[in-house]
Amino acid sequence: MVDASVNAMTGPSGPKPKRVFSSTNIIIYGTLLVACLYYLLPLYVMIVTSLKGMPEIRVGNIFAPPIEVTTAPWTKAWSEACTGVNCDGLSRGFWNSIAILIPSVILSIAIASVNGYALANWKFKGSEVFFTILIFGAFIPYQVMIYPIVILLRESGDGITSFIRLFDSDAPNFRLMGSVWGLVIVHTIFGMPILTLLFRNYFTSVPEELFKAARVDGAGFWGIYFQIMLPMSLPIFVVAMILQVTGIWNDFLFGVIYTKPETYPMTVQLNNIVNSVQGVKEYNVNMAATLLTGLVPLIIYFASGKLFVRGIAAGAVKG
Amino acid sequence: MVNSVEIRNLDLSFGSVEVLKDLNLDIAEGEFLVLLGSSGCGKSTLLNCIAGLLEVTDGQMFIKGKNVTWAEPSERGIGMVFQSYALYPQMTVKGNLSFGLKNAKVPKAEIEERVARAAEILQIEPLLNRKPGALSGGQRQRVAIGRALVRDVDVFLFDEPLSNLDAKLRVDLRVELKRLHNQLNNTMIYVTHDQVEAMTLADRIAVMKSGKIMQLGSPDEIYNKPKNLYVADFIGSPSMNFLEGQLEGGTFKKGGVVLPMTGYQYVNPLQVTDRPVTIGIRPEHVVTGELVAKAPVQSEVTVDLVEPMGSDTLVYATLDGATFRVRMDGLASVGVGQTLSIGIDPAKASLFDKKDEARI
Repeated sequence: MVDASVNAMTGPSGPKPKRVFSSTNIIIYGTLLVACLYYLLPLYVMIVTSLKGMPEIRVGNIFAPPIEVTTAPWTKAWSEACTGVNCDGLSRGFWNSIAILIPSVILSIAIASVNGYALANWKFKGSEVFFTILIFGAFIPYQVMIYPIVILLRESGDGITSFIRLFDSDAPNFRLMGSVWGLVIVHTIFGMPILTLLFRNYFTSVPEELFKAARVDGAGFWGIYFQIMLPMSLPIFVVAMILQVTGIWNDFLFGVIYTKPETYPMTVQLNNIVNSVQGVKEYNVNMAATLLTGLVPLIIYFASGKLFVRGIAAGAVKG
Repeated sequence: MVNSVEIRNLDLSFGSVEVLKDLNLDIAEGEFLVLLGSSGCGKSTLLNCIAGLLEVTDGQMFIKGKNVTWAEPSERGIGMVFQSYALYPQMTVKGNLSFGLKNAKVPKAEIEERVARAAEILQIEPLLNRKPGALSGGQRQRVAIGRALVRDVDVFLFDEPLSNLDAKLRVDLRVELKRLHNQLNNTMIYVTHDQVEAMTLADRIAVMKSGKIMQLGSPDEIYNKPKNLYVADFIGSPSMNFLEGQLEGGTFKKGGVVLPMTGYQYVNPLQVTDRPVTIGIRPEHVVTGELVAKAPVQSEVTVDLVEPMGSDTLVYATLDGATFRVRMDGLASVGVGQTLSIGIDPAKASLFDKKDEARI
């Protein structure tokens, strides 16, 4: 009896103390540190280089911080660098990209969310087959479809032109191929499989009784979509937006194929600046231009990180 | 009198699976009908058909004399309450209540009036500006009932509305529902697998099994005169005792058990022939103690197990080799191994034909 009570006073009690420098901790944090360095070092080099002048770069010490900080490379990259005959820097590409991005994101999300909603809640005969075909589309390599789409855009552009000329015989040629709108259509189509899957899975996870209750309450297809489903699905819309913004912004292939120099998106223009063979290689300008191009997706991630994780956890993985 | 709901030859199948088969049901105006059955018996499916949420494969459906077989749920004059409440999470209680009315383009002033009235009946006035997330289970279910109430419908449909609540709240809301029915006198169709809910609430109970109605009748009929073995076994907890034996000249015989069926009301007294039968005796119809002497048939059993439940004591005994349950008073003192005298009144028993399991 006495022994037991003495043990109770001096023995372990409360949370078990943890050692800070245990071997587990060293391994975990050590690995994390190495991974961090691996990703941050190139970024550091880029930032440092973009702030140096050319004479300093020629010294060849890429890790050294700039002795004389200059923002001239950034200004040049944004508004003076030449691609082909245009010498107005990346700014042209930036606005082109914005003009492509905004309609593509809105259009693809609007269509895909309605698709997903219909497939999840308004099952029709053959809806499963339809869905399977759509998902199958996600696995077809893009390269297979590039040339057919070129023809498709060219021909439908011609078709629209002749349609307009029925009413106005002097109307100019309407072109989809090479225009911003052609690219918007391409992005919308290619975003469809994955976005539809995303929305369908999310809407499937919404309790069915909610949908039934709304039907008993007299709401129709659009009523339920706008008044019940849409307000409940902010996280998944954010996920879709992030996927689309980064995907479309970073796209190079479609941009270079379906547009022309005046309407090139920022990525294509960046490539043309960095890979130009004439004159001196201006590493500082190249670095600044690359950072400028990467800025948009970066900001999107930082601004919506939490919602992104929430949406992924709520819809995409489940189901 | 016009029936409130009429179902004619209703069939429903999902692909090759027949869920409901040639089902007929008439529900009178103001009646409280409970669809009772174990899970998978098609009771919820039937309710969804009445609501118009499932398209029927064949047959017709009438509500208030109007053929609604092809009508949208909102056009049928029904209100529905779901097990999971199904409140719209982003709307306030008031928004939830008025959603249906807004869709029906009811004038604003009238919406206000109806919401206020429903809130008063259900005592949810202080909650009107809260979101469903900030409500307790009982409050949510009340709002869900209110959503059906504001629409001034002819028929209320309840799909296991109390199953998500804890035991005490369930009893409270059950009483409240009964009160609501007395007050409103609407037709109500209520799906449940809980026989206590069914017995206490219903004017009539429809016991269902694999898409068919096994018996439709008042709680009293269902309990005391089950039409077949399934209903007899399904209703009552602890369940009925069954003994398989032979009916010979109006006497049930099985080994050492001899029960003269005096006073038993046969379904068809003129066609009682000798045949193999199953007799069902409810544990609560078996008497013990001083009452044994007055019972028409007496016997003795050995106690195997005792379950004291406070209000009464459940005794598991052996009668002629089979388990025999007896419900005794909560204060009765019985021990395992003890021999217990029991009395049985054959008039309260049920006889079923062994072959087709129907009551005889």
